[in-house]
Amino acid sequence: MAFALRAASAGSASSFSAAGPRRAAAPAAGRVSFRAAAAPAAAVRAAAAAAVAADKRSISGTFAELRERGKTAFVPFITAGDPDLATTAKALKILDACGSDVIELGVPYSDPLADGPVIQASATRALAKGTTFEDVISMVKDVVPELCCPLALFTYYNPILKRGIPNFMSTVKEAGVHGLVVPDVPLEETDILRSEAAKYNLELVLLTTPTTPNERMEKIAQASEGFIYLVSTVGVTGTRANVSGKVESLLQDIKKVTEKPVAVGFGVSTPEHVKQIAGWGADGVIVGSAMVRLLGEAASPEEGLKRLEELAKNLKAALP
Amino acid sequence: MAAAAARSPSRAPPRASASAAPVPSRASVRVASAPSGARRAAVAAAGMQPARAVAAEAVDNGAAVAVAGAPRPDAMGRFGRFGGKYVPETLMHALAELEAAFHALARDDQFQKELDGILKDYVGRESPLYFAERLTEHYKRADGTGPLIYLKREDLNHTGAHKINNAVAQALLAKRLGKRRIIAETGAGQHGVATATVCARFGLQCIIYMGAQDMERQALNVFRMRLLGAEVRAVHSGTATLKDATSEAIRDWVTNVETTHYILGSVAGPHPYPMMVREFHKVIGQETRRQAMDKWGGKPDVLVACVGGGSNAMGLFHEFVDDQDVRLIGVEAAGHGVDTDKHAATLTKGEVGVLHGSMSYLLQDDDGQVIEPHSISAGLDYPGVGPEHSFLKDIGRAEYDSVTDQEALDAFKRVSRLEGIIPALETSHALAYLEKLCPTLPDGVRVVVNCSGRGDKDVHTASKYLDV
Repeated sequence: MAFALRAASAGSASSFSAAGPRRAAAPAAGRVSFRAAAAPAAAVRAAAAAAVAADKRSISGTFAELRERGKTAFVPFITAGDPDLATTAKALKILDACGSDVIELGVPYSDPLADGPVIQASATRALAKGTTFEDVISMVKDVVPELCCPLALFTYYNPILKRGIPNFMSTVKEAGVHGLVVPDVPLEETDILRSEAAKYNLELVLLTTPTTPNERMEKIAQASEGFIYLVSTVGVTGTRANVSGKVESLLQDIKKVTEKPVAVGFGVSTPEHVKQIAGWGADGVIVGSAMVRLLGEAASPEEGLKRLEELAKNLKAALP
Repeated sequence: MAAAAARSPSRAPPRASASAAPVPSRASVRVASAPSGARRAAVAAAGMQPARAVAAEAVDNGAAVAVAGAPRPDAMGRFGRFGGKYVPETLMHALAELEAAFHALARDDQFQKELDGILKDYVGRESPLYFAERLTEHYKRADGTGPLIYLKREDLNHTGAHKINNAVAQALLAKRLGKRRIIAETGAGQHGVATATVCARFGLQCIIYMGAQDMERQALNVFRMRLLGAEVRAVHSGTATLKDATSEAIRDWVTNVETTHYILGSVAGPHPYPMMVREFHKVIGQETRRQAMDKWGGKPDVLVACVGGGSNAMGLFHEFVDDQDVRLIGVEAAGHGVDTDKHAATLTKGEVGVLHGSMSYLLQDDDGQVIEPHSISAGLDYPGVGPEHSFLKDIGRAEYDSVTDQEALDAFKRVSRLEGIIPALETSHALAYLEKLCPTLPDGVRVVVNCSGRGDKDVHTASKYLDV
């Protein structure tokens, strides 16, 4: 590669062990990087493949089960690698223990067009730390077996393209991921993503927004897998004081054309918000920037994790 | 006239050579076009409609890729595999609305008349096709032979660059859409100034996103935009240059799409922008064809333009894409050199990816993260490139090469002294390429360089490097 600018992020093993002490404590043979997996660790890989194959969790299945019990799904979002991947791993376990129904994990990207300042800054910090996709996948692979809830990866399109779509799908599947959210690929461009995702039983979640005309929303609802992601506001991600009252009628519009579950995200941050949205009939609520801010702006990772736990518990408690 | 011999193999860009011998023609690209009379009529009738593609066959690893008769772009906004719409769902409706408005206005005589009037009386079109006598003399060989150099004087437009052609048309379009809040990104500040200018002219609110680093490099243009009543918002994320300003403008648009029109300044971004911006700049090539016919009764043999996002190059090239006897050369910014980590030569060194809504060549690392480019010229300092350029490169219809910061600075000084024209640093890249190109060209070949902008804005930057 001709460019030295991101040399830090191009490294693999060394940059990862520098990223967190958790790695140092792990058994030497336990590090299963994707690059390394092919050669020495055939047995480990076979075991991982078996674990993935035995994994009965799915995003749509989780929503179906919640609906039977009259529950609304709690879906938190955090950025991988902010403040570091060891903390992300801990955060995933804490969020799971607090009763998250699905967790959305953001892959840091250099040009996150759909994100507001909080998640942008978080991605920038994660990349500055040298977080690579391979590191994220390696961490996910270790953590997923310890989680009760399914995991969706939130990533922009270019990192997928760069790996090649089939290769990307097999990699994330092998790591134990259950679904994908790709915010810069609208319906028209999703065919190849969806068919490749389907080969690996990965659910591709599509987004609909307040500016989406009804006929188009209907097509999105038909094509979306796992759930339908309703963007609550005209804008990028980020906390807002209130949730637009328009969300209620948007939910009704979607419910008229599909039985699929609908989760509401963007600008959702407080127990009051999630209660209100659940009251409007949403099947799930997605909370991102508020979570990311707590982790990223805390004085220490421990403090961040503690505050994350408090918020997650409060949000979960506010939901039916 | 040695027009046929002016083509060099497109896979092997000409290198500087002292030899005066004509380069043997090896036609590796064959472009079939309709008989020229019929084609001309088609151009006139098409107006602002997207062009029908050339029927081109490119030799690529021995396999011929035929794209005969396909619209360029197609209904999905694709130029071959490039282009498309990779944006958050929130913008999809606005893009569809914009495309519909563009096609409607292309057929609207009143709109066309208003646009033509403004281009003539406000922008100052047409711009001259100027014979650069002393530059021509400079490139003459010892035996007195050499190419003839002409400059398409887009620097003489109001606001000093080609950018206003697009800005004025999009402002009129925004008015028709009922959107009175305008946003734009800018690198060198030329597109920002052009947008601020047309917003003042049409009484529209104007917000310009500009990288904080570029604001420093282009302080004069920042003042100009503010003087014209625009709000200039500094963007600090990333390396605080054009890429980051564009991302921020797109985020603003996502948030305010119902009231706001985004005047994107290059042939980049999601469909319909690459097509629309090209159509608003194609007047450059159309005038060039007419002026060439008037001046020497023929066509230019070689067209040269700098490429950042690629709007001035597409504006000049588009009219001639079907003319297989006209060589098209785009010149990218090599910064400190294409083999260093400081350049902006996307077509030369990039890989296919998605940035700012379209698929094209892109400077990216092994992880698919976008790399910060470098160029002395703020207007070329962009890690992506318009998708149609990627297409023209892949089918072998256009050639792309690069020149360094230093070569551009040398040309900046050379053209100032030989022609009394201070070119923009962006334009200086195209002019610098003459050093490589001219020694390879037979006698009498006519080269048109798009003199895309004037360099007054760059004298502060240049003064740090040039000893005059």
